[in-house]
Order: sequence, then structure tokens, then C-alpha cells
Amino acid sequence: MKRTTRNRLVAYSFLLPNFIGFLVFTLIPVLAALGLSFVKWDSYSPMQFVGLRNFQIMLKDSSFKIAFWNTLYFTGLTVPLTIVVSLMLALALNKGLRSVKIFRAIHFFPHVASTIAVAVVWQFLYHPDMGPLNQFLRMIGITDPPRWTASTTWAMPAVIIMSVWKSAGYYMVMFLAGLQGIPPHLYEVATIDGATVWQKFRYVTLPLLTPTLFFVLTMNLIYSFKVFDQIYIMTQGGPGRATMVLVYYIYMQAFINQNFGYASAMAAVFFLMILGVTIFQFRLQEKWVTYLD
Amino acid sequence: MAKRRILVLIPILVSSFLMLLPFAWMLSASLKTNIEVFKFPIEWIPQNPQWQNYVTIWSKIDFGLYYFNTIKLTVIITMLQLATCSLAAYAFAKIDFPERNALFVAYIATLIVPFQVIMIPQFILFRRLGLVNRHLALILLQAFSPFGVFLMRQFYLSVPNELVESARIDGLSEFGIYRKIMLPLSKPALASLTIFTFVFVWNDFLGPLIYLHSGNLRTIQLGIRMFVSQYSAEYSLIMAASVCSLIPVIIVFLACQKYFVEGIALTGLKG
Repeated sequence: MKRTTRNRLVAYSFLLPNFIGFLVFTLIPVLAALGLSFVKWDSYSPMQFVGLRNFQIMLKDSSFKIAFWNTLYFTGLTVPLTIVVSLMLALALNKGLRSVKIFRAIHFFPHVASTIAVAVVWQFLYHPDMGPLNQFLRMIGITDPPRWTASTTWAMPAVIIMSVWKSAGYYMVMFLAGLQGIPPHLYEVATIDGATVWQKFRYVTLPLLTPTLFFVLTMNLIYSFKVFDQIYIMTQGGPGRATMVLVYYIYMQAFINQNFGYASAMAAVFFLMILGVTIFQFRLQEKWVTYLD
Repeated sequence: MAKRRILVLIPILVSSFLMLLPFAWMLSASLKTNIEVFKFPIEWIPQNPQWQNYVTIWSKIDFGLYYFNTIKLTVIITMLQLATCSLAAYAFAKIDFPERNALFVAYIATLIVPFQVIMIPQFILFRRLGLVNRHLALILLQAFSPFGVFLMRQFYLSVPNELVESARIDGLSEFGIYRKIMLPLSKPALASLTIFTFVFVWNDFLGPLIYLHSGNLRTIQLGIRMFVSQYSAEYSLIMAASVCSLIPVIIVFLACQKYFVEGIALTGLKG
């Protein structure tokens, strides 16, 4: 048997168990997702091709617009906050503390804990009248603390704070790995040259951390766009539509209202958002990311 | 020097405290009566701990069944993932065949498509297959993850090709190489994949929310959600249930922290 043919046979026998599942349950749905966005279908009457109608409806649907802006609002605050917090934590932990592992574990744990359980706890903590957070705020003299998840103004910040708390440790671990990859001799050289702490950070640490920063930024953006669990538990998109985000609205339209076509069209827009941001990121990467090799 | 240590230590201690605070509050509330839960100032260690809360939850809802369902799903999905992903990854990393790159690109391309984008066509497909409201739907959905293939391949790439080549010259079959050389070498990667899958399946909410409708199929996350909506004023019981839902993850996390961190480095930074 020819070497290529033999290799092919062997390779496919290794691939097959995974590939069949991947093809049927991931690849085909990916392709079908696009097609579904051009139909009207409530799953009871027959599927009907409607061209771009779903997208036109979207433009007039105030809930979609709100969900779209809320997703940007959530992402726009969560991403920078998480990055600043996790980077500062990583920098502090990297300063040769002896018990790095314990602190790393403590910060990483909220990321591993189930969002559902954690969101339930935060919902209690945020309770406007009885919650420990507001009781504490009243104790220190804030007589009229925010009503958090019960207020249209504060519900989104409440979800954002909880989300930053939950994921900061995860990105901190990534930053720590990035920091440990910076060759120590660069700092020695900088010290000999008389660089200050700030100069070392600005001209050694920061440039060499940009690959990690790039990765963290990309991941964090995608994760934030996908926010769902904590919204479902803490606010159900409310009060009113104050925390209605895209995935929540897509879920409602698809699985509660059975508007599969319309929900698919929104899912397509949602995907384009993610794709657009990711491509933009990779384009921009050349401008600011420094690779050591 | 010592002064700088302290300067660094203080913010770390403060943030560690903030990270643990909600968990401490949860644990403390789970051992109180409903009236005591919101008492202020907080009584962190309840004078009269209500241990029976941890007994009541098992009879108030079908918590045992939810636990069992979740363990069942987690174990089956994790085993299937380990088997199928490590095999496929071997082909991608160590066998030279014409379609290798094209197929791998298909895997990678779907890696950036979030579940939320394809959940609708997947659901329609599963409904056609008559699998909605069955655990099998979630198993099939999560057992063949492109992420697992990617993670394992990244690790296999770091195994020198010479090792594989010399085994081939020695007459070992490809499956023999996979089983006798690659699998033993890739224990850390397998451990990372096991933990990621375990935590993902254990904590998954949207998947079960879409597919599992009958009460007897619920996973623990759905169970907690249901508990909250049915007994919204049973604060301490809700907290006790939440603590119980976290315990397996805490154990796995404490035992295998190293692999979490290694797995992150493997999938992320070597990208």
C-alpha cells in the first residue's frame, strides 16, 4: 500500500470517533445557523423563507436594540475593569511573595465555582433592604444606598461587579504566567542602567506582557459578550429591560417564544459582533503586541 | 525591602478577603435560621448552628437525584472526551496525511463559534432525532469538543517527532505508539482536560436549561434554580444547597490546582 493511502487510513481511524460527533453536532449546526436566520419558523407551522425580513424586524425591535446596547454596556465596563484588577493582582503576586500558591488559589476559586450558586449568593448580598452590602453601607453613613438588582440604574453595575469578582482571578493566572515568561536578565540590565521601578514596568514588563494582554483581551471580550447565567439568576433581564443582554434575548425568543427564525437571525448578528471584534483585534495586534522571538 | 513586601502584601490580602467574603457569607448563612440570615451586624459563626439545614435540603427537593444526574453526565462526557479527543489529536499532531490542515482548520474555526450561536440549530436537530428531554442530548452535544482536540494536540506537538519515528522503525503500530508512548506522556494534558470538562459540565446551566425539562432529569444547577424559585424565602436552605453544589468542585480544585494552571498555559499562551 502507498504510504499516503496508509497514513490516510490510519489517520481517519484515529479521527473518526471524534469527527463524526463534531461533524453532526457542531459543524452542521454552524452551517445551518446561517440558513435559519432567513426563515420564519415557530416550529408548529411549516418553515417559510423570508429573506432579510428577520433583520428588518430587528432594526425596529426596541428590545433587540436595548439588548444590543446592554451587551456593549456590560462588555465596555467588565473588560477594562477585569483587566486592570487582574493585572494589578498579578503584578503584586509576582513580587516574590512566598505563598503565591495560596493567594493564586483563593483568587482563582470564584472562576471555578458555579455561576449559578455564586449568583444566588450575590443576589442575597445585594438585597436592597436586608442585604449585608446595603446594611454595611448604611452603617458607614450612606443613608440611601443603591437598590442594586432592584433598580434600573444599578442592576447592570451590580451584575458587572459580580462578574469582575468572578473572573479576575482567572485572568490573573494568565498574567502571572506571562510575567514569569519575562527573562529576569532584562530586569538586571535595566537595574544596572539605573531604571526606576516605573521605567522597568513601562519599558520591560508592559511591552513583553502584550502577547498575554492581547490574549486576555480577546478572551475576555468574547466571554463578556456571552454573559447569560448571572443575568438569568440575578435579574432575569430586568428590572424592566435594564439588564436584557443579547444572549438572554436570543434565549427568550428561541426557547420561550419559539421564534426560531428570528432568534437565529439575532444569533447571526451576535456572531458577527464576536467575529468583527476578534478580527479587529488581530488586525490591531501588529500595532501594539511585541513578541520576543 | 521588607517595607515593599508589606506594600504588596496589603492589597493582596484585601483582595483575597473580598474573594472569599461571599463564600464565607454563604457558608455562615447556610447554618442559620431564615430570620438570622440577614441580621446585621453579621454573626459570622452562628451561635446555634442549624446543621439540620443540610439534612432538610435532601428531602425538600430531589437533591440526591440531581446530584446523581450531574455525576452521571459529568463522568460519561469526560470519559468520551478524553477518549475521542486524544485519538483525534494524535492524528492531527503526529500523522502526516493530505487533509490534515484543512480538517484542523475546520476544528479551529468552530472553536470561535460560541455555543449560543449554534444552540438553535442544534436544538432543532436533536428534536428531529427525538433526543430532547434526554441526557443523551447533552452527552452527544459535549462529548466531541473541538477544544479538547485542540488542547491535546498542543501537548502532543511538544513531544519530539524523533520519539514517534523511532517507535515506528521499531515496528510499533500507530495505535501502539498512541497507547504506549503518547498516552503515558500526556498525563498532565489529560488531567487538565479532565478537570476542564468536569468543571464545565458540572457548572453548565444553559445546556441543561434548554434540553432537560422533566424534573427527574434535572442537574444540580437546574435544581438550585428551581429551589430558589419554589422556596424563595428559605434563605438558609438555598445557601445550604449552594454549598452542597460547590463541594465536588472545591475538592477537585484543591486536589488538582496545578493542572488548572498548566492547562491555561497550554491552551492560551503557546497558542
